Amino acid sequence: MSDALRIEGLCVTTAGGEPIVDDVALRVGGGEIVALVGESGSGKTTCGLAALGFARDGARIAAGSIHVGGRELLTLQERELRGVRGRHVSYVSQNPDAALNPAMRVGDHLRELLRAHGQPRTDAVVAGALERVHLPGERAFQRRYPHQLSGGQQQRLAIALALACGPTVAVMDEPTTGLDVVTQARILDEVKRLRDESDLGVLYISHDLAAVSSIADRIVVMYAGRIVEDGPAAPLLARPRHPYTRGLLASVPDHRAPRRLRGIAGAVAAVGERPAGCSFAPRCELATDACRAAVPPLRAVDATRSVRCIHTAEVPPPPAEPLPARAQIDGAAMLEVRDLHVAFGEGVVAAEHVSFAVARGECLALVGESGSGKTTIARCVAGLHAPDRGAIALDGAPLAALARGRTREQRRRLQIVFQNPFASLNPRERVVDGVARPLRELGGSRADALRAAHEMLERVRLPRGLAASRPAELSGGELQRVAIARGLVVDPELLLCDEITSALDVSVQAAVLDLLGELRAELGLTLLFITHDLGVVAAIADRVLVLRDGCVVEQGGVDAVVTAPAEQYTRTLVAAAPSVGG
Amino acid sequence: MSAVAAPRSQLAGHRVGQFALALLAALLLVVALGPLLAPDGPSEIVGAPFSAPSATHPLGTDYLGRDVLSRVLNGGRSVVFYALLAMATAYTVGGLAGLVAGLRGGFTDAALMRLMDVVLAFPPILLLLVLAAGTGGSTAILVAGVALVNVPGIARVVRAATAEVATKGYVEAAVARGARTPSILARDVLPNIASTVAADAGTRFAISILLAAAMNFLGVGIEPPSPDWSVMITENRSGLTLQPWALAAPALLLAALTVTVSVVADVLTRERRSAR
Repeated sequence: MSDALRIEGLCVTTAGGEPIVDDVALRVGGGEIVALVGESGSGKTTCGLAALGFARDGARIAAGSIHVGGRELLTLQERELRGVRGRHVSYVSQNPDAALNPAMRVGDHLRELLRAHGQPRTDAVVAGALERVHLPGERAFQRRYPHQLSGGQQQRLAIALALACGPTVAVMDEPTTGLDVVTQARILDEVKRLRDESDLGVLYISHDLAAVSSIADRIVVMYAGRIVEDGPAAPLLARPRHPYTRGLLASVPDHRAPRRLRGIAGAVAAVGERPAGCSFAPRCELATDACRAAVPPLRAVDATRSVRCIHTAEVPPPPAEPLPARAQIDGAAMLEVRDLHVAFGEGVVAAEHVSFAVARGECLALVGESGSGKTTIARCVAGLHAPDRGAIALDGAPLAALARGRTREQRRRLQIVFQNPFASLNPRERVVDGVARPLRELGGSRADALRAAHEMLERVRLPRGLAASRPAELSGGELQRVAIARGLVVDPELLLCDEITSALDVSVQAAVLDLLGELRAELGLTLLFITHDLGVVAAIADRVLVLRDGCVVEQGGVDAVVTAPAEQYTRTLVAAAPSVGG
Repeated sequence: MSAVAAPRSQLAGHRVGQFALALLAALLLVVALGPLLAPDGPSEIVGAPFSAPSATHPLGTDYLGRDVLSRVLNGGRSVVFYALLAMATAYTVGGLAGLVAGLRGGFTDAALMRLMDVVLAFPPILLLLVLAAGTGGSTAILVAGVALVNVPGIARVVRAATAEVATKGYVEAAVARGARTPSILARDVLPNIASTVAADAGTRFAISILLAAAMNFLGVGIEPPSPDWSVMITENRSGLTLQPWALAAPALLLAALTVTVSVVADVLTRERRSAR
């Protein structure tokens, strides 16, 4: 098997000479899918772009060689490189919405590319390229604009563009992040089929080991710009030999085998702040002085696996801690939603006859794809959107539709945490002031509010020094902890979590979910947890409500619904959800 | 990875910014302290009309034989004062309308913004002239007119910035907690739209100075014999070839003031943004 892509000794640095990616060697064979995995900031995308001989603004490829189908890219002129990109090596970006030109029709996207590379561009060729990724090839479809396609179709079109000229290797950078699980499963199948049908090599970049486990032949794990482990997928996932790979694996939620999630403490060091020696040492439980002294070499541990760790023999197998028993609560409903109905303008129905109850102390998950109405329901409960019909009651007392119509006490008892941690906190306010605000609004004195805020920040395990920082200085996981602290500081009874981990890396998500589980036990919280991820549901919820197009499809205990779904739609959802085991 | 910016353009911005800031400070100092430094009274006739610059009168005399230097040193106050007053009025009215429209949305938003569109439909100079002709013209009308012309633009900028911030989690969290609207506006909205609004304010101030100057030049607003830069340009027009300094001195100062204000506002905005 000849190499479709061979990268050797690759170093990408900032303009100031700080390494972003250091000494990376990577091979992708023809007809092989190699997954490049790591948290954000690990240098995966920089590597992927380097495979096209490209470095982003402010970065440059300082050393190394990049062979695509036997052709060295780094000695080529910019003009020659343009002939290679898209023709011999192509790129699919994370966000198809930004990769496609909104003013250009589907067919013209393909025709422009074929023309740039001097390829025939007859209707038959264009139709063939579309049909290859299971998009309709007919004229009517070719005349559509990108905004007339669904997210999944847009990503298929991006893949069709990447494959149109028959490249040797395609770099796919998180192509399914941001897509629904069902769509993701279809795209992953598509990539597998394309690999089987041709000699295409795929470098598949992702932060999600579960998504990757179903398609990758080989997995390369990156941390802070260096490869830390490289080997065939199945044995690597079964028995990781680097502490970081093990940590990543321990944080992946799995609905098929629910267990307690363990995040990796700390965060990836930023470029320019990486420690001497092993970059993972500050977050590693096995670290010794020898780790901090020198960068460990990437060594072969057997015929197919290499690992950059001097303690590789001591790495324990992935943890399988059982979950705490799911709460079985039959008590009176604390929150009750009855016959909720919400429509937006032109007959877009976000919720129809939605009724459910949350018992005191339990965690109810609302799960569904985007557009299923789950966020709208959460906004109605929080009093941010007035439903067209329906009633919401807290402990039997009806709640006004909008927050300002509710009593102060009702508002205190029900708090919400939002999806996007980067917009959840006022960028001009110190973190601790933001957390103290709700108490001040309830009439607390400034000193008391600040004291309580500091206590709560400690409780959500935010490093002490960060309380006086502004939100811009915090990572996504830290911000979400602060948002949770702001919700909990007024001692609420019900916490509404709207996709609070979907913008976070899996390792950070695991830490946030673990924290939430502990806080729930400590404070006796009731949770209404909104998510699209069944793995997350299995890790935290007691009961689950499956939503589709604004209607409740199925509800019941988590274990029952996940192992034996009654409805066809739930079965599809369960089957599509990625899982390391399957 | 994105922490790497282009250092060269930032440095250039800094140097230009520092120069403009120094120049603006010097100009404002002249405007504020000018009357104290003036060798002669602004209305005092000290020589023959349009006499050329000399040792005693470095910028010569104007059409009535008054010292140009003394008049220029006295004439900046009204320029800056009335423009600032107009800005303050316009930001109070337009800013409030924009905040309310952006945060409330719906009918309130539509009603307020259509009202602004009506004002926007009139060309500014025409609006000011009609206003002046209808009322006889005065400094109060000048300030009110320049403010009125600016209100719709300010309301639009503030509304757009507010509407964007209003969808953020920290505003929604405050709304869900039932925080009072003034508190949300003061703590969550204003600090976060300030840089957007400030970017626009610098240019707007410069344009307001020019607009006020144009009105004075046309003879509605400040009237002779007040020493005002724009009035000086009007009254000394006839001597352009005889004694160009009587015209050039106020014109250059007016230009320097408007340009430095715009540049400083620009640089400040850029730095604030990169500091975020």
